[in-house]
Amino acid sequence: MADSITLQVTRYRPEEESEPTIQEYDVPLGRQWSVLDGLNYVKDQIDGTLSFRWSCRMGICGSCGMTVNGEPKLTCGAFLTDYAPGPVRVEPLANFPVIRDLVVEIGDFIRKLPSVQPWIVREEERPVSEGEYLQTPEELDDYQQYSMCINCMLCYAACPVYGLDPEFMGPAAIALAQRYNLDSRDEGSRERLDVLIEHEGIWGCTFVGECTAVCPKGVDPAGAIQRYKLTAATETLKSFLLPRGAR
Amino acid sequence: MSGHPAYTEFHPRWYRRQMSTWWWLGKRAYLVFILRELSSVFVAWFVVFGLLMLRAVGQGDGQYQRFLDWAASPWVVVVNVVALLFVLLHAITWFNLAPKAMVVRLRGQRVPGSLVAASQYAGWVVLSAFVIWLLVGAG
Repeated sequence: MADSITLQVTRYRPEEESEPTIQEYDVPLGRQWSVLDGLNYVKDQIDGTLSFRWSCRMGICGSCGMTVNGEPKLTCGAFLTDYAPGPVRVEPLANFPVIRDLVVEIGDFIRKLPSVQPWIVREEERPVSEGEYLQTPEELDDYQQYSMCINCMLCYAACPVYGLDPEFMGPAAIALAQRYNLDSRDEGSRERLDVLIEHEGIWGCTFVGECTAVCPKGVDPAGAIQRYKLTAATETLKSFLLPRGAR
Repeated sequence: MSGHPAYTEFHPRWYRRQMSTWWWLGKRAYLVFILRELSSVFVAWFVVFGLLMLRAVGQGDGQYQRFLDWAASPWVVVVNVVALLFVLLHAITWFNLAPKAMVVRLRGQRVPGSLVAASQYAGWVVLSAFVIWLLVGAG
């Protein structure tokens, strides 16, 4: 096995160039080196001007998402040996504006997220003296999968609907809305439905399914959105057919 | 490169990439998605074909025979074969996707997705068998 591998890294330095360029770096092909380790080697040993985001190195923080050989990946979980003999293309996450090199502007997602109220909403808070809101293991099962989301935005990078129409609420925000809708302690599903029933909400999704395919945490946003569509359609039908009190 | 692009320390100039018109050719999953979307056109074609046949039947034997002759012309056969392939793609892809949208519970237990998909295939087989029985059995 060769002892080094070439990284083809997208550079974008707005103060001196108007378009991204590609720069090649040879990094050691360590047996357990991730693409992120390779980038950190570049930053520490070869070229300190390379910019990228990272933090935990263990697939929890969700900040090192980039495009590796055309696929949205957490670079801490993408191993160089899997791409040997290389070269490995490292680009910023697709569908987001690029600030510098591999750093993208994520304000759009950060602004959309709170609009679906991804927290437990209660019509009336119970006093602490009455104890916790209890939940059975089955009730936990209903939403637990969706609670694994780490906001890494790989699903946004994989979603052509978001790429073509940035107004679209997007996979993670809807999956997180569903995470709270399906929580037995939550009472906010009506308010979330009002936001997500809009065209840019669930109905914007055309079920490409790539959000689920690229999710590093097995969340299945595509499934969440389709289940939500079914709920929304049922609610709309009910509002036509049933008298106000019975809904 | 001529001149420096507008840039300040406080508002860096972002680079925005445009999606190509041909984005769906870049990845197999995107291509299958586009073909699945396209398949609905052929589903609509079969509806139109069925309605034309119904109208011909309603207008008597002569019209029906003319319809059959038209349906046997080579280009209609080719269109129908292509349409059949797309309708099969449509049915199979949507049957496989259905368990994602539907969570079915029986006696409090969640029915596994494979069973939800399998029940649709079973329904497909039963309906097809009924149609074949109608055509062959009655004839």
